[in-house]
Amino acid sequence: MSEVRAEMVANVWKVVAAEGDAVADGDTLVILESMKMEIPILAEGSGTLTKLAVAEGDIVQEGDLIALIE
Amino acid sequence: MLDSVLVANRGEIARRVIATARRLGIRSVAVYSEADADLPYAAEADEAVLIGPAQPAASYLNGPALLAAAKRTGATAIHPGYGFLAENAAFAASVLEAGLTWIGPSPESIAQMGDKINARNLMERAGVPVSAGTREPVADAAAALVAAREIGYPVMIKASAGGGGIGMSAAAGPEELAAGFETARSRAERFFGNPGILLERYVERARHVEVQILGLADGRVVALGERDCSVQRRHQKVAEETPSPGITPQLRARMLVAAVQAGQTVNYLGAGTAEFLVDVAAGDFVFLEMNTRLQVEHPVTELVTGIDLVEQQFRIAAGEDISFLPADLTCRGHALELRIYAEDSKRFLPSPGTITQWREPAGPGVRVDAGYAAGNKVTPFYDPLLAKLCVHGADRAEALDRGRAAVAAFGIGGLKTNLEFHADLLASAEFSSGDYDTGLVSRLRG
Repeated sequence: MSEVRAEMVANVWKVVAAEGDAVADGDTLVILESMKMEIPILAEGSGTLTKLAVAEGDIVQEGDLIALIE
Repeated sequence: MLDSVLVANRGEIARRVIATARRLGIRSVAVYSEADADLPYAAEADEAVLIGPAQPAASYLNGPALLAAAKRTGATAIHPGYGFLAENAAFAASVLEAGLTWIGPSPESIAQMGDKINARNLMERAGVPVSAGTREPVADAAAALVAAREIGYPVMIKASAGGGGIGMSAAAGPEELAAGFETARSRAERFFGNPGILLERYVERARHVEVQILGLADGRVVALGERDCSVQRRHQKVAEETPSPGITPQLRARMLVAAVQAGQTVNYLGAGTAEFLVDVAAGDFVFLEMNTRLQVEHPVTELVTGIDLVEQQFRIAAGEDISFLPADLTCRGHALELRIYAEDSKRFLPSPGTITQWREPAGPGVRVDAGYAAGNKVTPFYDPLLAKLCVHGADRAEALDRGRAAVAAFGIGGLKTNLEFHADLLASAEFSSGDYDTGLVSRLRG
């Protein structure tokens, strides 16, 4: 199981993947935006996206859970 | 002279404009979003008005709210700074319609230069060199492929209404072009509300050199030397210097003439910047775009000329003479600006947070234009610029030495900054030699 967490305070601009998706290492899950920069959040490892903890428009804090891959 | 000014911006540039307003006896009004209430600029203005929530669209991009704030505070002029509404022709027009003084060029000049395709076409007709490129918006990926074949690879893909490097990418061949075109178009739509895309011939080893101009109230256009902005990450500037170590006096002279010509073509009024791409190998240049506002990196020009550019903006907007005689203009020494960003020094990823420590360097030739102080929160809503560390020396070697000492003496705690990157930049043989191009940062960090 791998947890994907936010590295910084950011706005969730786009949710690319959906719960239940099969994802591969390096796939884009969501795109965050902070300080006028888009930051793609990538899957670390392959598996099934069992949880997507954010929605478009959310603000995430550093360390917040974004997704779970099992 | 103007009696009052509302500064429609935030952070370091608002503070910078307010400082000159104070010196000239102009009453200043700051506007701030809910995220910026504690920043130094709001406290330093004569009056500060809450303009809306943190989101830029609801605050610094909210034209009606800005005009209402001007009315409520009796401000008679608006200075837009850079970014936000500074190059928005419709906002400039609404300021004029409200009977206020707009500190900038006419809405017509802004519109003519704001559309990059139009600007290129205008410049080409005026005899200013432009690179091979499209003369109208590229409709779709198929049309882009046809156009690129004619221009010749590599090509640069750009948003016609764009800026800040957003959506920009270079394509070495058809595959990259198709992907880059789609990215550029979606970014252009989202960030600039205009999907127009242009393609331009991409120069591999290029320097990005720009010329500061002032369009005077009597119609003359004056050039105030150049700035080399080739130190870039993600097509955004990180450090600038003047004079450019990469151009000959002959090339400089031709670029100054071209910049004046560019300004005259659009009846330019006030401070503006003509940006050029210099092909290092060919020793030639082409017009890139014109920024119809004060530039972030204007301090390096101020350091070598001794001229306050914001003061000239105020004077020109008031219909007065500038403070110096163009014929007497001299550039002394060498100046460097280092943009201190809230981002890590390796990958340049944003690092919002609370500033726990803030210690600015000082000393001969050191100027710091800072937007923040200890205790301030750096939020994810705006660009990552914390401060501009500028140094001036008798020559380039002295400026770089002062830069190294100032970077080492700058203490910022609580969040990641790119100070370490600047230390590496100033220690690098390539930057120190002066013989560098826009690929420098990726070589340093590659």
